[in-house]
Amino acid sequence: MAGIDHAPPPFFKRGPAPLALLTFYIAVSLAIFVLDLRFKSLDLLRQSVALVVDPVQRVAQTPGSLVDYAAGYLRGLQALQQENQELKHSQLATAPNLQRLAQLEVENERLRKLLSVKEREKANGQVTQILYTARDPFSRKIIVDKGQQAGVVAGQPAIDETGVVGQVTRVFPFSAEITLITDKDQVVPVQIVRSGQRSVVFGLGNGQLELRYMPANADIQVGDVLVTSGLDGIYLPGFPVAKVVNIERDSAYSFARIFCVPIAGVENFGEVMVLDPRQPMPPPPPAASGRPGSSADQPGLRSKKKKLSGKEN
Amino acid sequence: MQPTFSSSRILLPVRPWFIFFSLIAAALLNFMPTAHWPGVPDWVALVLCFWSIREFRRVGMGWAFVLGLMMDVADGAVLGQHCFAYVLLAYAASSLSRRILWFPLVQQALQVMPLLVATQVLQALMRLAVGADFPGWGYFLGPFVATLLWIPLTFILLLPQYQPVDQDPNRPI
Repeated sequence: MAGIDHAPPPFFKRGPAPLALLTFYIAVSLAIFVLDLRFKSLDLLRQSVALVVDPVQRVAQTPGSLVDYAAGYLRGLQALQQENQELKHSQLATAPNLQRLAQLEVENERLRKLLSVKEREKANGQVTQILYTARDPFSRKIIVDKGQQAGVVAGQPAIDETGVVGQVTRVFPFSAEITLITDKDQVVPVQIVRSGQRSVVFGLGNGQLELRYMPANADIQVGDVLVTSGLDGIYLPGFPVAKVVNIERDSAYSFARIFCVPIAGVENFGEVMVLDPRQPMPPPPPAASGRPGSSADQPGLRSKKKKLSGKEN
Repeated sequence: MQPTFSSSRILLPVRPWFIFFSLIAAALLNFMPTAHWPGVPDWVALVLCFWSIREFRRVGMGWAFVLGLMMDVADGAVLGQHCFAYVLLAYAASSLSRRILWFPLVQQALQVMPLLVATQVLQALMRLAVGADFPGWGYFLGPFVATLLWIPLTFILLLPQYQPVDQDPNRPI
């Protein structure tokens, strides 16, 4: 009995015990979960994995886009002609305003100079194609086809033809992720067009937005349009964001619950325009959802801007 | 009645490239735009579970971790969410593999169901714990559809391992 050795013979190679491996992998998973969620320090890892995964993902989207293409092809001449007609009509309808826009902008610039106010920033940007909606069912994000190679940086706002869609939150080499304004707790600083009152609008995660912290007796009505106020240094002022659809005034609470729907086709597929970052360059969004309102160093930026405009005069 | 290992067919050894190919195909299926429909299963979890049960020496927690990381990036989810769930799935599947393989296919599917449901629930819990929104009950429909797919999936993934039925009558065994 004494001579029996209980160690396994060396030719059956065995790795670490399954339980040890499990502990190791779970520890690593939880560590990167916390690091990514709380500290945002794994962007390089994400970008390098995305470099491999992104082409595969684009290939997987091809059947869907082929179906779309075929549907568009089969829609027929009639429908296309009708759409063309409508587009021509709408172009003509907006023509008077557009034709005078150039003249108005020059006039505005001149008047602003007379009043010695800083010039309005021009909205420039690049058109991007929406590749696909991110699969994560817990958030509302879309992936567009321009990334670091096209000069997209995190924090840039994205609009479509009717209003604000969202904000670029992650940038990959050949694509970028836009968090929609309807994502949970995504914040946009807004101004009510009718009353000029400023506030912030929060995404609810169910396709609606909520105007929070408005007093129960605030001057707000169903149908009011909210536009970006531009106070955040990220969104240019004046882009339509949402429309008020429902107001619940409960005397038990000091704030009214005001629900809005986005004006832009936030959940539609198509093209969006990623606007160039405002001058001076806004800091990268501090949270995953890119909360423009919660940036700590906003006042500093604005005071710097004021100083600059003061120097010019 | 005693449960018996119902498949009397002797299988050929699995080819490693086929495992790799099937996992990549599962990832491709996950990346398809159909993933937004309610009740579409998580193909990677399903195929990973299958190979962890069948070939737990080849496909284990390492594969689960890498595939989880890939799915996290592809989904735009928080890194580590899929990794955690898949690693646990692979561990549970490989430790239960000898028991599960003893049963006929329908009962195998029933034994696999809790594993797949747990994978999905775990991910939801992780995200809800850090303040995400409830994704709706359609999210939890996937694992049940995946359970129904267990039988056709077993047939398809074992196809390359089946031997031809008509054997040489002069063979000694």
